[in-house]
Amino acid sequence: MFEYSPAPESRSLVSFETSYGHFIGGKFTKPSNLYKTINPATEEVLAEISHGTDKDVDAAVKAARHAYEKVWSKLPGSERGKYLYRIARIIQERGRELAVAETLNNGKPIKETRDFDIPTVAAWFFYYAGWADKLDYAGLGANPKAHGVAAQVIPWNFPLMMLAWKVAPALAAGNTVVLKPAESTPLTALLFADICQQAELPEGVVNIITGYGDTGAALVKHPDVNKVAFTGSTDVGRVIAKAVAGSDKKVTLELGGKAANIVFDDAPLDQAVEGIINGIFFNQGHVCCAGSRLLVQESIQDEFLKKLKRRMEQLRVGDPMDKNTDIGAINSKAQLEKIDALVRQGVAEGGELWAPQCELPRNGFWFRPSLITGVSPANTVAREEIFGPVLSVMTFRTPAEAVTKANNTPFGLSAGIWTEKGSRILKLADQLNAGVVWANTFNQFDPTSPFGGFKESGYGREGGRHGLLAYLKGGN
Amino acid sequence: MRLDVRKTYKLFIGGKFPRSESGRTYELNDHQGKFLANVAQASRKDARDAVVAARAAQSGWASASAYNRGQILYRIAEMLEARREQFVAEIRAMTGVSSSKANAEVDAAIDSWVWHAGWSDKIDSVAGSMNPVAGPYFNISTNQPTGVVAILAPQDSALVGLVNSIAPAIVSGNTVVVVASEGLPLSAITLTEVLATSDLPGGVVNMLTGSAKEIGPWLASHQDVNAIDLEGAHSPVELEISAAETIKRVIRANSFSRGDSRGSLQHILALMEVKTVWHPKGH
Repeated sequence: MFEYSPAPESRSLVSFETSYGHFIGGKFTKPSNLYKTINPATEEVLAEISHGTDKDVDAAVKAARHAYEKVWSKLPGSERGKYLYRIARIIQERGRELAVAETLNNGKPIKETRDFDIPTVAAWFFYYAGWADKLDYAGLGANPKAHGVAAQVIPWNFPLMMLAWKVAPALAAGNTVVLKPAESTPLTALLFADICQQAELPEGVVNIITGYGDTGAALVKHPDVNKVAFTGSTDVGRVIAKAVAGSDKKVTLELGGKAANIVFDDAPLDQAVEGIINGIFFNQGHVCCAGSRLLVQESIQDEFLKKLKRRMEQLRVGDPMDKNTDIGAINSKAQLEKIDALVRQGVAEGGELWAPQCELPRNGFWFRPSLITGVSPANTVAREEIFGPVLSVMTFRTPAEAVTKANNTPFGLSAGIWTEKGSRILKLADQLNAGVVWANTFNQFDPTSPFGGFKESGYGREGGRHGLLAYLKGGN
Repeated sequence: MRLDVRKTYKLFIGGKFPRSESGRTYELNDHQGKFLANVAQASRKDARDAVVAARAAQSGWASASAYNRGQILYRIAEMLEARREQFVAEIRAMTGVSSSKANAEVDAAIDSWVWHAGWSDKIDSVAGSMNPVAGPYFNISTNQPTGVVAILAPQDSALVGLVNSIAPAIVSGNTVVVVASEGLPLSAITLTEVLATSDLPGGVVNMLTGSAKEIGPWLASHQDVNAIDLEGAHSPVELEISAAETIKRVIRANSFSRGDSRGSLQHILALMEVKTVWHPKGH
């Protein structure tokens, strides 16, 4: 293996305040009820964050309502679009700063934040900016209407990207928003507040309220919220769906997954290995659509696993700020403990664990990229979402068996197919119960392409024309 | 007292600013009859050179991602906004309209670039389709640019009509040869200076000044032009007949409104071809 000299990105590209309040009505409130947010790669405290109370939530919803009634709903779509274009441009201009901030607070490699997360964020705003004056073409007939105030709760795995997926279509459609970032990754959302100020976005159109699950619960339950959008675990998704039952609130949920990545014997194996690696180790496996179940055709299992292990031994685990790092830190101690417990259970149930012997940093939260072989469909590691760099391996013999095993899960977010045969790809794609199917590629995202799940992976789509529909109702 | 340095108004072909190969110019006066500029008077040869440049640029421009094309169109809006004073001054000099009217025209032109920019990556989401054919086939229809489009720009509009003729053609990946309004050519040439600084590849837009009456027939009959927009044509019926020989797509005069801050999806689609792809499904 090649030796790499350290190539750290500059920490000085970003500076944080000592403490942050909430961003309500275009201004930051006085910091209060503080908790610490850290860099999970070093456990260094980055800033102190306000834990939002019911009162804070109410103030944010009121600001969003006021902005909706007085300003945002009265602006023509073309002018709303121009604000979104401004935001897209500022994100492009401040891209490196945002990438560094995201890596520091999340633990994911700078290579990913710099080349994937932040460019995708800018693209999302740019794309939906163009929709703001074209809502008549969204598919709901002429003159569709916004819902009003959208409550948006997002996870820690792609902090700013999840914000973009939520905020951009909501604003384009004419809603105002109150967004709550995850408790462990609030910093890029707070930098986004500064971007809104630079863009001179009218006060109250975007409000950001930080805190824990109770803050999010208060936001979702607030009676003056018209639309709830949540990305996170299926368990919390259930709680939200119950909480809004009987109300007029519209809901979209983007929840967990346990994607099958199906490799046939005629697949280009080296390309498939890269795709499987990307599918499960991208972002430390903290990806709801991660290809966490490898279904490999029995006849090529040995050869394929050999190639896969050899590739895994080349993965560089460590300092997320290093430009060569492939796998960064696990986002939190709690998540590390969860991954560890599930993997132990997988081994207790008969799975065989394999991981390359790489050296891990002493501080921070780390987990080696891992394979579990000898897994049967009934095992915990084949059923439950681990949300970490752990791949469960199973085999199949026929396409029909592959489909049955792939669909044998309560989830239905994504799936992968690896074969040279086009007709097989298209037939399988029809049969897989998943909202996104990747063929001979994996983990592709684009603002023009709808993303979201079947079954317990949630409902509603984000991205593309379909993503707009979640924030509109048919007019007349 | 300092003498100002005047601009030479030239053609715009393949990203460069040549004079007419014919060496001809025509005198343009302001609305009060005072001399404004000697404007290049493009010839048949200039038109043919422009078609060659447009053809050379077409496949590259069409294969740029829709996101990239959208960003470039938006960049054109940014550059136009930054140079609005120059456009206002030229429009006023040529037409004599008030400052507010000239500003309103520039506003509409800028906003129309923004409106069109947003379409680049949405055309197929709105006007493409997955077709539920009865057999076991995957069947999808997408829209592709027609190719090289000749545009006889509206004669009565200095800027907004010109923008609303160019933007719907290039947003999808067509390249264009434009004959600017004969009487209002200055803002057309200044627009090419905006285009030249907006990351738009050379040859995507080629601008000819001169007589649409003289150049139009050569473009209508040209074998390597795929579509012609007759908005500013002098004898549109003759040109349409001529264009029929090569089965050119023809946009007749007054088909689309061109004075607003937005265009028309139908205009964009009039310069695109539907392509349908079949593929079998089966294990």
